[in-house]
Amino acid sequence: MSDASGSIAAVTERLRSTLPSDAVITDPTRRAAYDCDGLLHYRVTPAVVVLARDTDQVQAAVQACMTHGLPFVARGSGTGLSGGALPHADGVLIVMSGFREIREVSARDQRAVVDPGVINLQISQRTRPDGYYFAPDPSSQQICTIGGNVAENSGGAHCLKYGFTAAHVLSLDVVTPDGDRFAFGTRAPDAPGYDVLGAFVGSEGTLGIATSATVRLLRTPETVQTFLAGFADTDAAGAAVSAIIGAGIVPAAIEMMDALAIEAAEAAVACNYPAGAGAVLVVELDGPGAEVDSELAAAEQHCREHGAFEIRIAADDQERQAIWRGRKSAFAAVGRISPDYIVQDGVIPRTALPEVLRRMKQLADDGGVRVANVFHAGDGNLHPLVLFDDAVPGQADAAEETSGAIIDLCLEHGGSITGEHGVGSDKAKHMPKMFTEDDLDTMQRIRCAFDPTGISNPGKVFPTPRLCGEVPRRHSASDDSRTPTTTAGVEIF
Amino acid sequence: MGLLNALRGADLDVRAAVSADTVDGRLPRLLVRPRSTQQVSALMSIATEHDAVTIVRGHGTKLTWGAPAPEASILLDLSLMNRILDHQPGDLIASAEAGAAIADLQAALSSRGQRLAVDTMVPGTTVGGLVGSNVSGPRRVHTGTVRDLLIGVTIVLADGTIAHSGGKVVKNVAGYDLGKLMTGSHGTLAVITEATFRLHPEPTATRWLSTRIATADLETVLAAACASVVAPSAIEIDCNAPDSATVAILVEGTGAGVAARASAISTMLAAFDLGPDDHDQAKSGLGDAQDWTLRFPFTTGGTQVGLKLTAALGGVVEVCAAAVAHGLHVRGSAGAGVLYAAAPTSITSAELTTVLSELRPLTARLGGTAVVLDGPRDIRSEVDVWGPVNGLPVMRRLKDQFDPGRLLAPGRFVGGI
Repeated sequence: MSDASGSIAAVTERLRSTLPSDAVITDPTRRAAYDCDGLLHYRVTPAVVVLARDTDQVQAAVQACMTHGLPFVARGSGTGLSGGALPHADGVLIVMSGFREIREVSARDQRAVVDPGVINLQISQRTRPDGYYFAPDPSSQQICTIGGNVAENSGGAHCLKYGFTAAHVLSLDVVTPDGDRFAFGTRAPDAPGYDVLGAFVGSEGTLGIATSATVRLLRTPETVQTFLAGFADTDAAGAAVSAIIGAGIVPAAIEMMDALAIEAAEAAVACNYPAGAGAVLVVELDGPGAEVDSELAAAEQHCREHGAFEIRIAADDQERQAIWRGRKSAFAAVGRISPDYIVQDGVIPRTALPEVLRRMKQLADDGGVRVANVFHAGDGNLHPLVLFDDAVPGQADAAEETSGAIIDLCLEHGGSITGEHGVGSDKAKHMPKMFTEDDLDTMQRIRCAFDPTGISNPGKVFPTPRLCGEVPRRHSASDDSRTPTTTAGVEIF
Repeated sequence: MGLLNALRGADLDVRAAVSADTVDGRLPRLLVRPRSTQQVSALMSIATEHDAVTIVRGHGTKLTWGAPAPEASILLDLSLMNRILDHQPGDLIASAEAGAAIADLQAALSSRGQRLAVDTMVPGTTVGGLVGSNVSGPRRVHTGTVRDLLIGVTIVLADGTIAHSGGKVVKNVAGYDLGKLMTGSHGTLAVITEATFRLHPEPTATRWLSTRIATADLETVLAAACASVVAPSAIEIDCNAPDSATVAILVEGTGAGVAARASAISTMLAAFDLGPDDHDQAKSGLGDAQDWTLRFPFTTGGTQVGLKLTAALGGVVEVCAAAVAHGLHVRGSAGAGVLYAAAPTSITSAELTTVLSELRPLTARLGGTAVVLDGPRDIRSEVDVWGPVNGLPVMRRLKDQFDPGRLLAPGRFVGGI
């Protein structure tokens, strides 16, 4: 029996003795159901699966892992697109989706206390009757969990105006990788001490597991106005975005789709976007009625001045949903026009948009693949969908190469390798392109403060983690035993 | 080689500290004025080699904040690193060196119709001081805080390592957010040398409305203001007596929008108005809001005890009442749950300890904390200025990782960090 299998056996025995009998899954077929998150092309079957339902159970699982030196990975609904919740073959996967009560809602305090497995949209559904909502809204908000949003700092279309998940979490209860429990932050803002909470949000599960979150609720705006504008091409749409932002208007959301993304959306949901449009903008304005009315008029005017040939203002909520349907379905819709695709997630300074889109087109042409674009135009968060056919020899490699080149393009323009999907397993290899060795070493110091033995979601975010306790600046190879591998035993980065 | 020679050997601007360089009542040995992040790195490498305790200063406006500062070998003065490095209006971002005055940054941004939407509560504050102290003023209700608007930092660790995180794009989740850790760290974790912020457009219209109301009506008014769909940018209170309080509400936006929203607020406040006061004053421009909302109720610089009291929104009135009952003058962002309180100048450390022993359990019950922000050194040395802090063991481990030699303002921060 190898060391790993001995530890797995010991951890399994301990988990079975401390957790409910149905909370520990060792059956290979049932374990295989958790072999990936939304990034389907990396698959690893976890050694053990724990279905956690409360903090004590999470802590028990982490302590078992700590005692025996096994890695653990936490997972919510598994909607992440960067392989952040990819399991470890010799580790425990802690499934949080059954840990899902909204514990408390206080309209006066504008706060809700929720379990990590609560679905993002459920918070707004619960609080809407009181006139409140939870602002961060990833496109997967109908299924993604708050724990996952916290781990990834995942935002969505409304980040431009309302900020990211990190700005909407007041406190977290956390089980740290050493098996301890801490509260970070308070129900009030500005908790004294280092902003450990701020460092934890977006740490992609590498600093521990959140077991409770106190989140901010925002007052539902008095008015929401949404319009769709059709343009001849992305340059014209981009110029309209610049004009709107330049006029001092901060829309609640401003989203762009190019011709290929529109084609896909039409094929999937018949969203009836303006015929012949080479690009559309979905612009949403919200706030007090008097503000929104004047901003709507101004935004519409800017679109017309920059070539919008058709503008549809949603008259009611039904029409608003119809406008959004095309945008929100775009990722999945691409399956209608291409057998395979890669969803990329990069960020550029918004003003670089025309240049980047042109270069992206060139990259796609060079690689013999197509790229559909659907993205958050207001904040420069691109989501190029690189389309390919795996059945065509060489196309998958070409798509992978193009996808990587797009990230390089973002970095070349001073951007980021991820705006909301996270680094995960998929982009750890790109981190050294964005950060220096010293930057990464400094981030590792945070990791070491939380997780000195490196058992919390190892292999994610950082390509070559420094072992804690080393003299800074002296590097060693990564801990190979913790490097995630595919089922074929191939390292995934 | 001695510390002084080592610093000179690295071509650093160094001289003996003089009385004007006193930090919280103590004179450091040397004053060093680096001109770049690389020079800060060289300086900190030397400081580490010589085990030299170092305190960072921008314009020195908050050196008396927190627990008393230690004896220092080096006062690291960032006033020569005062450049605005970048402003990209189309991308709503700006970068500046840590020693740049926020006022200068705001002036530059304003010329292009934008602003860093954080109020400068202490005149003279620099970029580094703003981040290090994490002080956000009234507008935090609408546009967020320093923490939320900081999108990138360059820092120098105690051993001289230069590190960056974040960047110059508004949306970015790559890697750990070092900027968050620096925010409010009071110079104890690393030296901030550059910062990048997301910006907001300056609103075309701004209007404050304020009125004096009976304390008995305060919760009703605050609850209505917080729940209002007019989306105030700020909801401030000022309370220096048990029977009445002043409420000030800010609306910002377009001309037509602000007029309509101000009218709605005015109607709401009128029902509770105790007298004319300065009700319905029309104001415009970032620096032109009512003076009191942009100032703490206490004088800073170690002359008066100033507290920071936080609570969940529904607890604000209770905290305010308790503080006023102790003779404190309370002011702050009732719309965010962050209040500041001035103690009488005659307060003793024993009296302050008594006040804290009552306010801390209260604020904790209401979801917040009570911190002594500023005050005379002799008082701060005799009371627990920070009080209980969640997650302290992790914070200690962070300090050990970032500054294992405890060179950066040791003892000044929470839990003796």
